[in-house]
Amino acid sequence: MMHFLLLFSRQGKLRLQKWFLPLPERERKKIVKDMTTMVLARKPRTCNFLHWKDLKIVYKRYASLYFCCALENQDNELMALETLHRYVELLDKYFGNVCELDIIFNFEKAYFILDELLMGGEIQETSKLSIVKSIEASDMLQETEQKRRSEHPSSSEIIQNTTCF
Amino acid sequence: MRMPAPIRLRELIRTIRTARTQAEEREMIQKECAAIRSSFREEDNTYRCRNVAKLLYMHMLGYPAHFGQLECLKLIASQKFTDKRIGYLGAMLLLDERQDVHLLMTNCIKNDLNHSTQYVQGLALCTLGCMGSSEMCRDLAGEVEKLLKTSNSYLRKKAALCAVHVIRKVPELMEMFLPATKNLLSEKNHGVLHTSVVLLTEMCERSPDMLSHFRKLVPQLVRILKNLIMSGYSPEHDVSGISDPFLQVRILRLLRILGKGDDDSSEAMNDILAQVATNTETSKNVGNAILYETVLTIMDIKSESGLRVLAINILGRFLLNNDKNIRYVALTSLLKTVQTDHNAVQRHRSTIVDCLKDLDVSIKRRAMELSFALVNGNNIRGMMKELLYFLDSCDPDFKADCASGIFLAAEKYAPSKRWHIDTIMRVLTTAGSYVRDDSVPNLIQLITNSVEMHAYTVQRLYKALLDDISQQPLVQVASWCIGEYGDLLVSGQCEEEEPIQVSEDEVLDVLEGLLVSNLSTPVTRGYSLTAIMKLSTRFSSLNRIKKVVSIYGSSIDVELQQRAVEYNALFKKYDHMRPALLERMPIMEKTATNGPSETVQTNGETDSTILDTKHLPSISQPASQANDLLDLLGGNDVVPIIQTTVPTKPASAGGELLDLLGDLSLTGGPTPTPASSVPMSQPPFLLDGLTSQPLFNDIAAVIPPMTAYNKNGLIIEFTFERSNPNPNIAVITIHATNSTEADMTEFVFQAAVPKTFQLQLLSPSSNVVPAFNQGSVTQVIRVLNPQKQQLRMRIKLTYTHKGSPVQDLAEVNNFPPQSWQ
Repeated sequence: MMHFLLLFSRQGKLRLQKWFLPLPERERKKIVKDMTTMVLARKPRTCNFLHWKDLKIVYKRYASLYFCCALENQDNELMALETLHRYVELLDKYFGNVCELDIIFNFEKAYFILDELLMGGEIQETSKLSIVKSIEASDMLQETEQKRRSEHPSSSEIIQNTTCF
Repeated sequence: MRMPAPIRLRELIRTIRTARTQAEEREMIQKECAAIRSSFREEDNTYRCRNVAKLLYMHMLGYPAHFGQLECLKLIASQKFTDKRIGYLGAMLLLDERQDVHLLMTNCIKNDLNHSTQYVQGLALCTLGCMGSSEMCRDLAGEVEKLLKTSNSYLRKKAALCAVHVIRKVPELMEMFLPATKNLLSEKNHGVLHTSVVLLTEMCERSPDMLSHFRKLVPQLVRILKNLIMSGYSPEHDVSGISDPFLQVRILRLLRILGKGDDDSSEAMNDILAQVATNTETSKNVGNAILYETVLTIMDIKSESGLRVLAINILGRFLLNNDKNIRYVALTSLLKTVQTDHNAVQRHRSTIVDCLKDLDVSIKRRAMELSFALVNGNNIRGMMKELLYFLDSCDPDFKADCASGIFLAAEKYAPSKRWHIDTIMRVLTTAGSYVRDDSVPNLIQLITNSVEMHAYTVQRLYKALLDDISQQPLVQVASWCIGEYGDLLVSGQCEEEEPIQVSEDEVLDVLEGLLVSNLSTPVTRGYSLTAIMKLSTRFSSLNRIKKVVSIYGSSIDVELQQRAVEYNALFKKYDHMRPALLERMPIMEKTATNGPSETVQTNGETDSTILDTKHLPSISQPASQANDLLDLLGGNDVVPIIQTTVPTKPASAGGELLDLLGDLSLTGGPTPTPASSVPMSQPPFLLDGLTSQPLFNDIAAVIPPMTAYNKNGLIIEFTFERSNPNPNIAVITIHATNSTEADMTEFVFQAAVPKTFQLQLLSPSSNVVPAFNQGSVTQVIRVLNPQKQQLRMRIKLTYTHKGSPVQDLAEVNNFPPQSWQ
């Protein structure tokens, strides 16, 4: 299983953190720091795999973002590259020509999409189409819910802010 | 007066990003947090969602957000989908099983698992499946099991992975999911199929009973895999022309587990494996990923030899791939198989050796390890050429390991003594400062035993010293040799090469130069002084030597001073003993192994060639202390202290043991016993490695082994040998095996004995005890028992098992009498 998945920029700023194991906050921060240091120090034409403690670290750079995940010994690291790529494809489909700014301003959406692709460190759906449909349906659910509220606002709701956030 | 609406998330993000300094950002964050806090206090339902979202953003920037935890729970409990979405996200980020608060989620999750909207159910399953604690899993396992049987594939696939998480947290619950697995594989939906295979894999890995039970699924799995390969283009699952590679890889992995050790299953999957291995498109990473998994499966099951050769050849082709990831993966896999399929891997030796020249550091390291594993009597000359070239040009991080590997290989397979000495010289001169300090005594022993090469060796070493005195291991070996064979050096006789003409004074100049040079370490000076002293029986310039020795009688360096004073005493009062004491060293016997070296593999030969003890990789060796122990009267002035340390554990761990020990004194663990205070007259028991008699003899066979520890699947056996020259020493080898289904990693063994004993713990063979008794960790303990008291021991074990740290203390009292009487 995957232990964690991180997205960070070339300057080491964290853009997304998904943890599949319970770890205290302090340790998470340390791991993020270790990963960003290690990965950003890698020379350009080296392979995408690293060893760290007893885990295999797989990372890939997409434009200004590094996607970095940690695998166990028996996991297939070449396939992990495909998983990371699949996630990027999904983000691209959703945002249309996705870039780092999309993920910065819509980080919650990035998480929602990830949660349709992975669960408990394992892949839960292999069909891109299926994931895209689920996200669209969930978004639709959210929209109709908000529309209904704006059409019939309760007295304590302020009308101007009908979108949640 | 109403508070204005809290600012929107995206606006906050925009604002924070305009901050030009860290301080400015912190100020903005603090201001917003204060606003959010008051909003929370007002129990505002409308904007709770917005505020928590903002909090999550600030949390990602590294700011504390714990005051939002309860708010996440409120969002989860809300009826609005929008709220739930953010609430569950917040829970996954801010809450984990360490917070007491998280249990409050259980009821909400339970309700949401039964919600009428599948997307709400999905949120609940996802949260439970990512971070549910053991208690939550226990409470909700029934709900998950129900959903595992639903016909809704969206929910079914999530329930399957949720079940995987439940089983990981509470393995005893595995049984209850068994009925639901009945027709999981007849699903058409790929998501459900994939997660079902993951669930089955998890169950098979954890329980041998489940494994036997699920073996009957092999034909079905083979059929599914076949359909994936043979089916036409399916746009929904296609990746570069391959149909659902994710599913293919997971099926291959499950087949690996089911086929391992089972002839029938292995046979049933032979054809499909061959088909995948030959038909998979290799132009893209995805095809190679499938081939990689296939190779791993072929190597692990009981496949026929043709299939195995096919697998190794795939790896051989991988080595030639332009993609460095593929090359890396190939080297790693070959390293795993080199023991079992040695000859097949040998065929790819030249490609592997070429990888030594790769630019990628990870690839170079793997190639180096694999190269050492492939060295044998036939290819030693060619391989050594490549390895020496590699040593010259590689990064400093590699040099120590490479040098050690070369010494080991040279010792095992040297075609001639001259070649051996030349190789050693080459390593010392090119990577002399990176060579491990424990190689010095090993090399000295080697040189001593190559009697006919003494003149050649000392000549070459002398010439090397004239060039460069900065590399301490080289200088130390050279000094020792000159001290020992100086007479041969000045005699002008050398068979192997043109003898050099050098006078006694020139030799003494060089040695004295070492004494005064800033480049020499205290240890080197010690060697040098002793060498000068030894030359007093080999040279005629006695006065000069006496003068040097007496000068150092007042050296600031205590070690040098002590030696000089003692040598002076030899001259003055014990001159009649001097010739005997400084006589030529006798041939030194090799000692038996204490466990395989960690960094260097054997070459896969099936004879149990024991590795030389002295190449134990040291993690933190106090080498200078080791070489301080010159015991002239004992006839040895070199001590190969095999005082290696147990990896990782901090010294505080010893403190805990001490509290419980009472009358037992603690040894073992990270701090090696400092040996420099041992008086000269009594050979320290650590010296046993280099005595001139064999250390172990037939007496060893008589002492019966015993089981020292047997708990939670970890069994530790002790086997015994008595040391021949010193009957007060018992050498215990521990063998740790693990019968559970998960590896025990970071395994550390520590031992403590009563005060009348002394204990030395050598380096363990590794710190992973593999599952299912697939291997063992061995470690040697030496116990000195001068008072012949009854041996008692307290042991402490620490390791990580299934992600959790385990620690245990035990008393070992049932030692067989022959081990201490």
